[in-house]
Amino acid sequence: MEYEISLATTMAISVLFALSLNLITGFCGQISLGHAAFLGVGAYTSGMLAKAGVPFLLTLPAAMLLASALGVIVGFASLRVRADFLAITTMGVGFLFVGVVRQQDALGAEMGISAIPDAGMSKFAFMLFAVLAAAAVALLSVYVRGCWMGRVFGAIAEDEDTVRVLGIDVPRFKLTAFALGTALAGLAGALYAQQLKFIAPDSFGFIESITVLSMVVVGGIGSVVGVTVSAAVLSVLPSWFQVIGDYKLLVYGGLLFLMMRFSPGGMAALVARIFHPDRWGTK
Amino acid sequence: MLYVELIAQGLIQGSIYALIALGLTLVYGLLRILHVAHAAFFTLGGYVGVVVANQTGSLAAAIVAAMIVAGLGGIVVFRLCYQPILHQPPFVPLIASIGLYIAAEELFRIVFGPSGLTYKYAFLQGEVELLGFLRFKTGELVVVFGSAAIIGVLSLLQTRTRIGVACQATVSDPQMAESFGISLSRVGDINFFVGSALAAFAGVMVSVLNNMVEPTMGSVPSYKALAIIVLGGLGSVRGTLVAALVLGVVESFGTIYLGHFLDRNAIAFAFLILVLMWRPQGLFARS
Repeated sequence: MEYEISLATTMAISVLFALSLNLITGFCGQISLGHAAFLGVGAYTSGMLAKAGVPFLLTLPAAMLLASALGVIVGFASLRVRADFLAITTMGVGFLFVGVVRQQDALGAEMGISAIPDAGMSKFAFMLFAVLAAAAVALLSVYVRGCWMGRVFGAIAEDEDTVRVLGIDVPRFKLTAFALGTALAGLAGALYAQQLKFIAPDSFGFIESITVLSMVVVGGIGSVVGVTVSAAVLSVLPSWFQVIGDYKLLVYGGLLFLMMRFSPGGMAALVARIFHPDRWGTK
Repeated sequence: MLYVELIAQGLIQGSIYALIALGLTLVYGLLRILHVAHAAFFTLGGYVGVVVANQTGSLAAAIVAAMIVAGLGGIVVFRLCYQPILHQPPFVPLIASIGLYIAAEELFRIVFGPSGLTYKYAFLQGEVELLGFLRFKTGELVVVFGSAAIIGVLSLLQTRTRIGVACQATVSDPQMAESFGISLSRVGDINFFVGSALAAFAGVMVSVLNNMVEPTMGSVPSYKALAIIVLGGLGSVRGTLVAALVLGVVESFGTIYLGHFLDRNAIAFAFLILVLMWRPQGLFARS
């Protein structure tokens, strides 16, 4: 039972993290190849504060705020550069985060932080907490997509210049997407640190950024249900099948490539195609 | 003295970057896609090089074999992977390419083992002294002058031959070029062949210098090369070459003066981000 509880916690945290990227990349169309940096900011903030004696629940807002503050700074970059340039800039942010943390003795350098104090919750309560947080973020995503702001996000993703011409303040919406998405990534990071009780810079590198991007892409960019399902499945696949565990990256890489090559809309598009063959290609 | 040495080391590293980044820039100029999987051909070059060199004992044969195998591999990737998704929004080929690269790196690990291969013979390990105080490995000089020669020949070919002019025409206006009877697929083949072959050459040289071929040897150069072509203004060949050399020098100074605060990769990307915030179109963009 212990094992299932920890799997479910991992799943919930991955879903939360993937949904946070989905807000930025899926809804607002701003591609990010460095999202794991914000997971890292959240994890380090929560971990350091917890070690300083702050109760776990109080570290959550701090983790979200700090991640979000950095997210807004990166968001400013998205106002300066677009598309391919933005992808490479965010990738740079990811490398910068790992590179800086690695050299800071205060943050444990290469060794990271270990023995993060317990939250005082049982394993089961912590799992429930993580699942509830993920569910809340999923509901929030559905709400955001339906509201005025979400529609503007969609329009920016579709055709930024037209939105600008319509007199909508594009920078404000982009920054909001970054602030929201990175705050949620910070929350996921805090949960991650609490679950493992140990964090190191390499857990927040480029591979992790690509892993979460592949969850979003495989699920279907912008689709809340698709991303939730794919994040849940992809996060536990490696532990379920040891074979896949060894070939984890091969499977991720292969899935990413095949999905883009044959169904750029992800699983969501595949399912839609199966159930509504008449609407083929309209979306 | 230290400065001259740092600059020299930076230029050596920079010419390796240039060899890798040139292929990326050719692909970007033509297809507008960020070809992350390009670095797989750098690694492939290293592996073909070490295998052929250990079998035949000839470095020249290893280089030629590596360049041909990687070049053909480049064409296959273009035809099978990129050509069918060119009409999709730009993030589609980008993510496909990242997936392809990660899968390729894992394939190298599975096929050749995680610990890497070494050369049986010591190639180009002799030392040369220049100006009395600079010492280089022969291999390092071969890298610098070899890449300068290759790039020089390529630029001649590009301006003096029909096929070179066809490539240029396609980059500046694909539709017009096509209506003049230039086959876009063939131009793509040529660009992928040349770019991948250059990366393979770099792969052989780096593996000779370090006497090591590893599955992950391509990952850092691949991200660096992306930074370089973005710095150079995406698609500008001259910009890429300058940016590669500049980045090599910035890194070699940075590791000395900023090393305790940022590691080598972080320095490269910090420089990239600073430049992009100042000039979002890169250092040398064509309008």
